[in-house]
Amino acid sequence: MVGDTHQTTLPNRETVLDWLEEVPDPEIPVISLVDLGIVRDVSAEGDKLVVTVTPTYSGCPATSIINFEIGRALSDHGISEFEIRRQLSPAWRTEWISQKGRAALLEYGIAPPIEGTAACGTGAPKALAVACPRCKSPDTEMISRFGSTPCKASWRCKACLEPFDYFKCI
Amino acid sequence: MDARFEFLTRMGDSCLVLSQRVSAWCGHAPVIEEDIAMSNMALDLLGQAQLWLALAGEQEDKGRTADDLAYLRDAWDYRNLLLTERPNGDYGQTLVRQFLFDAWHHLVLDALAGSSDQRIAEIAAKASREVAYHIERSRDLVVRLADGTAESKARIQSALDTLWPYVGEMFADDAVDATLAGQGVAPLPSSLRDGWEAIVTSVLREGGLERPGDDFAQLGGKTGRHSEHLGYILAEMQFLQRTYPGATW
Repeated sequence: MVGDTHQTTLPNRETVLDWLEEVPDPEIPVISLVDLGIVRDVSAEGDKLVVTVTPTYSGCPATSIINFEIGRALSDHGISEFEIRRQLSPAWRTEWISQKGRAALLEYGIAPPIEGTAACGTGAPKALAVACPRCKSPDTEMISRFGSTPCKASWRCKACLEPFDYFKCI
Repeated sequence: MDARFEFLTRMGDSCLVLSQRVSAWCGHAPVIEEDIAMSNMALDLLGQAQLWLALAGEQEDKGRTADDLAYLRDAWDYRNLLLTERPNGDYGQTLVRQFLFDAWHHLVLDALAGSSDQRIAEIAAKASREVAYHIERSRDLVVRLADGTAESKARIQSALDTLWPYVGEMFADDAVDATLAGQGVAPLPSSLRDGWEAIVTSVLREGGLERPGDDFAQLGGKTGRHSEHLGYILAEMQFLQRTYPGATW
């Protein structure tokens, strides 16, 4: 939170989050960085604004672009002194994706994650009932646990025969 | 010798070398879904390598970054498991190598998530969630191919026989391991073997595969004594820095 002494120079947390809500994820531009749940904190340290961001997947190639876009949004709003801090723990999880973000994913053609179905690595994989984001049929099947980006899996609808992305739970 | 630095490079180098191996399938895998899966897994491993090697650099405190460690060390300074540098071979060999590694990787990360070193615990907790998807996929595919045609079964069994001598290194304890286990930083590798055997045994049973009889273990990767393959991997991976030292973009 922004301390009293800095209110004249730095905006409050809600204002900054409103700004970042306008910054789309570079790979799935229908969802904002805030709705994706990767902006973990906004705070002030002296005259500096600190935005804490957690990466989605370790190797996500969008990470450096995300930092660049956050920096640009802050600069556009007149913030010159800021730091984008990476936070690994707690590790990002899909349950942090907002309801608004989930609706946007579905509208875009990506089935949103079904919480509680993350891979645990041992035992049989959890059975998933993913509805087709286009025709809404529940008659679908997984093609691969991996998809067009690290956070997605490839699925196919057996009713309308279209392939689609499923944002996998992690 | 700084045990923690050694350990961090072992984790980072195993991820990095396997990532490099797996990424060679990009554009070459038998079907597009597998091509995508391989590339994404290579990416996960690369990201994890970056986290481990960055921490190794901080631990060493000589100003070396993750990139410095990846691109400016030669084979004898690499600490990856020998299994990770084994050639891709056919798709069966690539998948069996992945499965044998994933089963170990998931167990070691789960144990490291409880490390007394908070930064190690944080990386492990994050990586473990990603690797859970790797092991789900590799065990599933190994069983399906083993349970497929006579040809696919023979190839999976042959890959298992070929790679088995490189399994033991994952569970061989040395002085670095003993030091870190004593400090509660990392588990003793040998303590992971029973859990690994349970996973592997269930997959062998499901796929109707035979467990290779000889448990001879080829050692050396963790102390920098590598097979001839690593030099070729690094020559390709480090080409740009070797040819244009200090190049950036």
